[in-house]
Amino acid sequence: MALTTQALDAITAVVGPRWVRLAPAQLDVYASDGLPTRFSRPGAVVLPGSREELIGVVRVLAHHEIPFVPRGAGTGLSGGGVGDADEIVLVCTRLNRILAIDAPNRRAVVEPGVVNVRLSEAARPYGLHYAPDPSSQSACTIGGNVAENAGGPHCLKYGTTTSHVLELEVVLPDGRPVTLGSACGEPWGPDLVGLFVGSEGMFGIATRITVRLLPLPRAVRTLLADFSSIRAAGEAVSAIIAAGFVPAALEMMDRNCIRVVEASIYAAGYPVHAAAVLIVEVDGPDEDAVAAESAGIEQLVRARGAGSVRVAVDEAERARLWQGRKKAFGALGRLNADLLVQDAVVPRSALPDVLERIGTIAAEHGLEVSNVFHAGDGNLHPNLTFDRRQPGDLARVERASEAIMRVCIDAGGTITGEHGVGSDKLRYMSLVFDADTLGAMRAVRRVFDPLERANPGKVVPVHQCSEWRGQWRARRGAAA
Amino acid sequence: MAGTSLTVLRRVRAMVGPDAAVDTDTAGTPRVAPRTEEACALILQTAASEGWRVSLAGAQTWVTPEAGADLVLSTTGLSRVVSVAPGDLVATVEAGVRWDDLRRELADAGAWVAVDPPGVGRTAGSVVATGTAGPLRSGLGGVREQILGLTLITGEGRVVRAGGRVVKNVAGFDLTKLASGSFGAFGVITTIHLRLRAVPRADRTFVLSADRDQAVQAALAVLDAGLLPAALEVLSPSAARRPSWTLAVRLVGNAEAVEALGRAVAGAVTGPLEELSVEPAREFWTGLAAGCTAGPVTLRVGVLAAALDDALDLLAHHLDDTWVAASPGAGALRWNGTAVVDRLRLFRHAAAQRELPVTLERGPADVRGRMGIFGAYREGVGLLVGNLRQSFDPAGILAVPLSAAE
Repeated sequence: MALTTQALDAITAVVGPRWVRLAPAQLDVYASDGLPTRFSRPGAVVLPGSREELIGVVRVLAHHEIPFVPRGAGTGLSGGGVGDADEIVLVCTRLNRILAIDAPNRRAVVEPGVVNVRLSEAARPYGLHYAPDPSSQSACTIGGNVAENAGGPHCLKYGTTTSHVLELEVVLPDGRPVTLGSACGEPWGPDLVGLFVGSEGMFGIATRITVRLLPLPRAVRTLLADFSSIRAAGEAVSAIIAAGFVPAALEMMDRNCIRVVEASIYAAGYPVHAAAVLIVEVDGPDEDAVAAESAGIEQLVRARGAGSVRVAVDEAERARLWQGRKKAFGALGRLNADLLVQDAVVPRSALPDVLERIGTIAAEHGLEVSNVFHAGDGNLHPNLTFDRRQPGDLARVERASEAIMRVCIDAGGTITGEHGVGSDKLRYMSLVFDADTLGAMRAVRRVFDPLERANPGKVVPVHQCSEWRGQWRARRGAAA
Repeated sequence: MAGTSLTVLRRVRAMVGPDAAVDTDTAGTPRVAPRTEEACALILQTAASEGWRVSLAGAQTWVTPEAGADLVLSTTGLSRVVSVAPGDLVATVEAGVRWDDLRRELADAGAWVAVDPPGVGRTAGSVVATGTAGPLRSGLGGVREQILGLTLITGEGRVVRAGGRVVKNVAGFDLTKLASGSFGAFGVITTIHLRLRAVPRADRTFVLSADRDQAVQAALAVLDAGLLPAALEVLSPSAARRPSWTLAVRLVGNAEAVEALGRAVAGAVTGPLEELSVEPAREFWTGLAAGCTAGPVTLRVGVLAAALDDALDLLAHHLDDTWVAASPGAGALRWNGTAVVDRLRLFRHAAAQRELPVTLERGPADVRGRMGIFGAYREGVGLLVGNLRQSFDPAGILAVPLSAAE
């Protein structure tokens, strides 16, 4: 249904006029996220200031049957937080309170708008931290992390967001609040928390999130190893994992990326002549244990052709190595008009071949590609730089992206490891899933949202789904 | 309308031919064990159109089929280890593979799955469908953390291929989580993609004899010290098969890390830790897994570490604390014993008031039917689960008593 004055008045009554944005210039702020290829001005932007206001707005939207797009900090990379002119963008960043830190039970309860890194900062005095650490962690929100099942370098050892979320209070698209899971971690029924995490805003909005906190590691060591070829670096990754090491993080950067970072304010002293570097972090119960593990890894990467291996001598050097890695996207963005941060996953043993193929694909399309990614998980981020004002650039980027996705799928991988499908990857879903599996996804979505108003048009390519009887029944049930 | 046993048997035989083994179980219920996914899908499609009530089964060492089922659908015909990729640390197995066989086959490839499920002779499908993790859940996560993807055949006979064979995957909604731990309410799991680990180079077990309070306090002290052992169990005497309550700690990893963790654990607890050598340690953990099927009922209770003492009191008050294995680091405990339904219900009710979810992991069919595996849901959740079941099993043929009978 259309965005009527009546509906807008009702929303304004809930949140106050200051928090309803309607002017085109204001709306343009929310017309894209971290994906540079989609720009779409929503009908309105609403920023509720409390859980009650958020639920109130969702109820108004339900009453008027208005579609809406939940959004956190807008750092997403798949166009998931972007809405069309007939949709309202619901921004959760004002719900930014850490409600509880329960140190004895290693739990925290937060509102969805809490910035990821703030939670770890708040937990630090208790010797705890929140493990998932996306590169955007200084800006992205926990609510957005839940919607996307966000990852990050340290997910190699500790798992992605889904392994850390225990209980969710959500408001369903019809305005009903429901609590899923439990603080102890038992799902209390089928695992609806596991189902909700990664649902990309299409099942409702999490209003209260209980997460697991982990003890800070007692000892940490970070190594930087350089290689004269990407293939050798990729093979070293497989060798580390297959040898039974479980690094806390295992990241790779290629030459293009190293040079851009070294030319920026985030210069970390990466060797600019290397074809690739690996950043390997190990953590453990004491210095002796991490020294032994890092010595084992050092020996292994040297045997696999590493030129030099540098161990960060202190916390400052370690922080610098990580800053260069985490700000690589920013450094790339600074030098180029547009940057598409791609995301795909392949089995680790396929990394060397796939990286080579990606280089070829970029060259064939006349594009520059830089790789900076979670090598230990086989989670690639080939970054394509371009200028959308140049005729044909965007089309070439889209064609190269599709070719990269096909290579990853053919290697036994998938189209996204942590950025989500959003609107960007809708067209690749049928390359991975058959009609019945896509139909199952749509049927599940309709259980939570029978009228398909929450973040419409994302994730599931509706015309490629087989039809499920149950979903029609659910729809009638909701209308009745 | 359900057919007679003979009709069902005849129809199934004619339909699947050599693609399934067909017989009758000890209760006289027709039983079919398809050897292919296609045969499995065909059986469920037919059952849905005929209205046959279907009870899913694995090796039947954990639970017996549901009472009143027209057909038992067994996964034991799907028993291949399809692939093991030690370099990528991923394995694909069919649901009927025995967990112990899988463990041996993986060990030959230098790999293992970090799940030590309760029970004996269980199938991979049973472990995943029931989400029954063992002591390793404390440090290495539950069953759900080890599953990368799976094939689910719905109650309508649709084949859903969820997830994939890579360790990170957010392509589409996480149907793997829906299928894991839902006891077959949405369909039968036929194939599973497992996350593997390299066999740890060091694997050591320590025990501490104590009274109940001391064992609980020792476990909490280990957690307070910021330590995360692979297993950290507070065990009653009969669970530990030792004269007193026991704190049991298992440490896995590289030799230096295990050594350091061992020192840190010893520093955190008061009282002498005794290390078990390799064979006694193996017997200790397998004995614990086997012990929780001694009594007819096994419960899983969700409990935060700091509330463990209260939860044990509650158990002792309503049931008993004879066989208890608590994993305070994982927020859960397991109870095994004998009790009538009314007492179990009273316990679950009292537990729910304290926000302690009680799952009936195992029990005789009549107890399951009257109690429900999960009992009552939180407000609003029952409707979601009901609609999900309707989507995956529109004819309502899957006999899985998730919630209590009215």
